[in-house]
Amino acid sequence: MGETITFWVLAVVSVTAALGLVFSRKAVYSALMLGTVMLSLAVLYAVQDAPFLAAVQIVVYTGAVMMLFLFVLMLVGVDSADSLVETIRGQRFWAIVAGLGFAALLGLGIGNAVLSAPKGLTAVTAAGNVPSLAELIFTRYVFAFEVTSALLITAALGAMVLAHRERTEPKPTQKDLSRKRFVEFGEHGRNPAPLPGPGTYARHNAIDMPALLPDGTVASLSVNRVLARREAAEGTLAPEILAALEAEDRAAEEQVRHAGVNGVNGTGGVNGSNGAGPNGAAPEAEESPETSPETSPEMGGEAK
Amino acid sequence: MTTHYLVLSALLFVIGGVGVLVRRNAIVVFMCVELMLNACNLAFVTFARQNGNLDGQIIAFFVMIVAAAEVVIGLAIIVTIFRTRRSASVDDVNLLKY
Amino acid sequence: MEPTKIIEHTGGVIGASWLLIALPLLGAAVLLLGGRRTDKFGHLLGVATAVASFVVGVLAFAQLMGFDPAERRRAVPLYDFIPGLTKMGLLIDPLSISFVLLITGVGSLIHIYSIGYMAHDPNRRRFFAYLNLFVAAMLLLVLADNYVGLYVGWEGVGLASYLLIGFWQHKPAAATAAKKAFIVNRVGDFGLAIGIFTIFTAFNTVSYAGVMASGEHPSQGTLTAIGLLLLLGACGKSAQLPLQSWLLDAMEGPTPVSALIHAATMVTAGVYLVTRSGAMFFPEGSTAAIAVTIVGVATLLAGAIIGTAKDDIKKALAGSTMSQIGYMMLAAGIGPAGYAFAIAHLITHGFFKADMFLGAGSVMHAMNDEVNMRKYGGLRKVMPITFATFLVGYLAIIGFPLLSGYFTKDGIIESAMEYSATLGWLAVLGAGITGFYMSRLVFMTFFGQKRWEADAHPHESPAVMTLPLIILSVGSIFLGAFLILGNRFMTFLAPAVGLPEHLPSFHPFSVAGLATLALVAAGVALAWFKYGAAEVPVTAPRGSFLTTFARRDLYGDALNEALFMRPGQWLTRLAVFFDNRGIDGLVNGLAAGIGGTSGRLRRVQTGFVRSYALSIFVGAAILVGAWFVVGNL
Repeated sequence: MGETITFWVLAVVSVTAALGLVFSRKAVYSALMLGTVMLSLAVLYAVQDAPFLAAVQIVVYTGAVMMLFLFVLMLVGVDSADSLVETIRGQRFWAIVAGLGFAALLGLGIGNAVLSAPKGLTAVTAAGNVPSLAELIFTRYVFAFEVTSALLITAALGAMVLAHRERTEPKPTQKDLSRKRFVEFGEHGRNPAPLPGPGTYARHNAIDMPALLPDGTVASLSVNRVLARREAAEGTLAPEILAALEAEDRAAEEQVRHAGVNGVNGTGGVNGSNGAGPNGAAPEAEESPETSPETSPEMGGEAK
Repeated sequence: MTTHYLVLSALLFVIGGVGVLVRRNAIVVFMCVELMLNACNLAFVTFARQNGNLDGQIIAFFVMIVAAAEVVIGLAIIVTIFRTRRSASVDDVNLLKY
Repeated sequence: MEPTKIIEHTGGVIGASWLLIALPLLGAAVLLLGGRRTDKFGHLLGVATAVASFVVGVLAFAQLMGFDPAERRRAVPLYDFIPGLTKMGLLIDPLSISFVLLITGVGSLIHIYSIGYMAHDPNRRRFFAYLNLFVAAMLLLVLADNYVGLYVGWEGVGLASYLLIGFWQHKPAAATAAKKAFIVNRVGDFGLAIGIFTIFTAFNTVSYAGVMASGEHPSQGTLTAIGLLLLLGACGKSAQLPLQSWLLDAMEGPTPVSALIHAATMVTAGVYLVTRSGAMFFPEGSTAAIAVTIVGVATLLAGAIIGTAKDDIKKALAGSTMSQIGYMMLAAGIGPAGYAFAIAHLITHGFFKADMFLGAGSVMHAMNDEVNMRKYGGLRKVMPITFATFLVGYLAIIGFPLLSGYFTKDGIIESAMEYSATLGWLAVLGAGITGFYMSRLVFMTFFGQKRWEADAHPHESPAVMTLPLIILSVGSIFLGAFLILGNRFMTFLAPAVGLPEHLPSFHPFSVAGLATLALVAAGVALAWFKYGAAEVPVTAPRGSFLTTFARRDLYGDALNEALFMRPGQWLTRLAVFFDNRGIDGLVNGLAAGIGGTSGRLRRVQTGFVRSYALSIFVGAAILVGAWFVVGNL
């Protein structure tokens, strides 16, 4: 009786979760649904005299495999939602037809099977479930077991090989990075200093609150762009932050336009070792007019 | 009771299979494959009890190991593809065709 | 009397008789391979090899005459031709030595004549090379002791004939005539080849001696088939009906070629073949022999009729050649009673026809290569030697008493009369027509008014050309009497071809002989009234239906065209159509079908891994379903 109740509850839960896995637009939800299914199945294993498998299911699947899934999901972008519009003609229709057909066939097979009452595992697990399994694994299935160890090592190696990225240029040193920062400052006026830490001049010590400059205005550098974009879409963005961001965007555009003009005029300046923007004005006069038209469209195009 | 377990297993298997066919996100497709494997495991465990034989549980155990290995490699491949193509959609990887 | 056995022979001139063939062949090889380097002495070398060959022939003849008549068939083995079956060798017997003397003798004279005739041709060296090649091939044809050797020579003379007819290949007419001769000869050679195959199947050998001594006794049908096939070959080479059409066009070649190949020697190869095979395949009264006589009579009349209407001097002579070879075929078909007359007429004809052809060449040489007799006239005063020699040839061919043709042709007519009165009287009629057309030719050319072109300045030819004419005309006068009187030639040939049961005796005043003379006289008189006494119009009058009939070669070409050429073209077009649309269509259609199907089928490979997964899933479902069905059965 207890098993029946458990089964029906978990059956409904697992089927619902499985459907959710298939139909949810966001991969994270799918992962959570899969976790639900796996936990349900773990319980069902336990009910069916397989406590070891239930433990392994939870540890390996729900613990390790699901974590791996979530990890990769985070890597490839957690915020993107899948479009559920089918692009291959007939794919969805035939998939459902095939699925229903397959289900019908399996149901037919199961329904036609004449099953006696379960024999139960009490006879073969007299020494307990885990010792009995261990005995089998290390006697009859020992070769398969050893092969699985080789498989796991191969898989680990394979994952390393696949994820490894060959470095094709020497790693930049601290000096290189510092020089690059200041070159960017000189050319584009980008702030060479580190970004302000959260909470600096902040009234709230929170990541979703912007830092304030000494004059009390919002330090746009401290605003998380992803969150700001979402809040702007939701309409919950604080107006002063919005204004600060817009002002900053305008400044950036101005900067870009200036850099474009400056870049056209100051090609020599860029090549110079100091790379300072204002120096671009000096070579302007000496620049031969013939070269300018050639370079200007390219540079302008890049700037835009 | 066994029949119920088997029907549940079949249902989960078919749902997983349809999921493989209709979803484009490679990770979700992968999850659906895992769902199918789990459905099989349920059947194995059920039959182990039905037949009074531990072999079914052992096979389920090995399936889990293989599934773990498969997930490791599969996800590594997905990450590699994503790195070069900036996409996790299986439909975007379609250069090998007529 | 049957032909005697063949004796193997080595040593002496006969043992070295391969030189007969080798010498002119060497000449041809040197002249053809040597190229322009041999231009200077090419004609001299050509003449030298021909004359040397003639000398060897005379010496061999002398040695042969030294043997007892029953031992005058000598085989000279050369090498194993088909090991175990046939040796290649030469057969020196009275028949072949007669041909050798004719070929090398007349051939040498024509070589000498050609020095003068071709003096202004830039390709004279090539001409002599071909002439030498012809002499070598013709000698191989008559000397070989087996049918395959004969066939090699047969094809060799065909090749030489082709090359020489088309010698002036810049003239489209010459090129076409050469092709025509070659193609028509193909028909005959096809028959000959099949005939030789059949001989080999029936007798397991191809040598004359082997066939004669063979223990095999093939059925009468096989023998008749072989005879008819050989006759087909003979018809092709000797321009007999129905394969006569090429000979008139072959006159496009240089005149010495017409004299040597298309009058004196090559065209008589058919007569040689029939005579040589006579005892084996054309026994007296057999179907094949009757066919030979019928072909001979038909051709002698057809050639004579064609000869009456031609204005081209060479074509008139060519018609005459056809007609005379018809006489020879008729005699050869009669059997042992006719063989000697056939060969004797062949030899005398070789002389007087070569004489007349060379005379015609001399006239053309003088008249700027004009061949139309209507533009000749009155040449006897300008070219006395040519006229005299031509007159001798003319008298010989019409059978003027005591000249060569009188004896040999009369002999043929007598034997034909004895064989079958119908054939005999037809032959007599042919002789009458011969009298008419030859007289017409002579009167139009040498008598009457001058009808020359304005720029014609006829003159006598140089000595190098007239000398052969004189020698040939001497032969034309005396050879017939020498051969026929006392059955000299018949007994000489007997070891090779056998003797009739009773030897014919020469009756100068037999019925047939008198009738022939009367008809010939009538023909000459008619010709005199029409062409000698009367004015000959320069342009040919339209003439009656019969004239047109004769002028157009008895519609032989039209018949060939309607019966073979047009259907052949239709067949070719049909085959081309079938090839393009049928076979190519099938192949291309199949390829296009497979290509199209594949092009559509490859669209299945979308590159979408989910499509593939779907097909796997459906396949798995089908497998499970099938398993259920099979498992439940």
